[in-house]
Amino acid sequence: MDKKPDYGEQEERLSEQASTLMEHVSKGNYAEAMKVISELNETRDRTLYQEVGKLTRSLHEAIRKFEIDIGTAEQREEMSKIADASDRLGYVVDMTNKAANRTMDLVEESMPLAVEIRNEATELKEAWGRLRRREMDPSEFRELYKRIDKFFLELSKNSDTVYGNLSEILLAQDFQDLTGQVIQKVTTLVREVEENLVNLVSMAGKVDRMTGIQHELKAEQEDILKGQGPQIQTEGRSDVVSSQDDVDDLLSSLGF
Amino acid sequence: MKILVVDDFSTMRRIIKNLLRDLGFTNTEEADDGQTALPMLKTGKFDFLVTDWNMPGMTGIELLQAVRADESLKNLPVLMVTAEAKRDQIVAAAQAGVNGYVVKPFTAAVLKEKIEKIFERID
Repeated sequence: MDKKPDYGEQEERLSEQASTLMEHVSKGNYAEAMKVISELNETRDRTLYQEVGKLTRSLHEAIRKFEIDIGTAEQREEMSKIADASDRLGYVVDMTNKAANRTMDLVEESMPLAVEIRNEATELKEAWGRLRRREMDPSEFRELYKRIDKFFLELSKNSDTVYGNLSEILLAQDFQDLTGQVIQKVTTLVREVEENLVNLVSMAGKVDRMTGIQHELKAEQEDILKGQGPQIQTEGRSDVVSSQDDVDDLLSSLGF
Repeated sequence: MKILVVDDFSTMRRIIKNLLRDLGFTNTEEADDGQTALPMLKTGKFDFLVTDWNMPGMTGIELLQAVRADESLKNLPVLMVTAEAKRDQIVAAAQAGVNGYVVKPFTAAVLKEKIEKIFERID
């Protein structure tokens, strides 16, 4: 073990007492040595109690901070911040889902209008060409005349609808502002929780050192068959593809 | 051509169905995970499967494995459209017999290209 953890003030005393003990023993001063040994024990106990005390206080503090149910009925009724955060994230899922569906409704409504305009324009262009090449008889021309009239009417009506749909699509993006705020709040909470947990872990570590407890931690094996969700930071990572081109390259290297 | 679109998010199913319709595939059905999809595939006479990976219940890769293990479905072309971007996962999908792999977010052009490539190979 070359890593020397920070043992603090208590540890300094411990090493002081140890050297005093050595001194007494080497001088054959056993009565004094026994006294130092009991002092040593006391130091160890005090340090341990202190750290356990700190740990307990921190736990209480963490529980209080996150307003997790402590037992009384009225506290139970009050929602914890964590439960509240889950609700908030649920709200984000809800909002984004609604916005996506609203947008798709409007897009699906607009697309056939664009198709209609394009189809009619294509047909009219063809008829118009025949008129210009003087290949059209008078009755056909009268038909075209009426059709163009109708087309203009449809064109302005459909354009209005498409324009209206586009501005509604614009408005449907307002969720970003609301969900952004909610997510920021939850992010802050998560950071707080993490900080507190890290503190707890380091305090528990001190207790472990005092008592000589060792934990066997098993590294969890990642199961690639389970979905991992989107990779957020792909830059500089070789185990993750960063684009469709990467996927294609990888697959073709496998003989695809 | 009858296509089954499997994704746990209804918005994603809708997007894929819209894109497929633009490509001329109008006969599509939906399922929200592998468990729902598998019985549909077994009885529905589907010609093509588009599936997500990460879904509750039965995941897309498990669905792919189940399809390849089923005598009546083993030749069904399968396109994976997923946010899963680990190289190991793509290799696992290839080994399980996927016909195409599209990572989200994707474009209409990429989806079109992959579908065309799959059917080119089959024809």
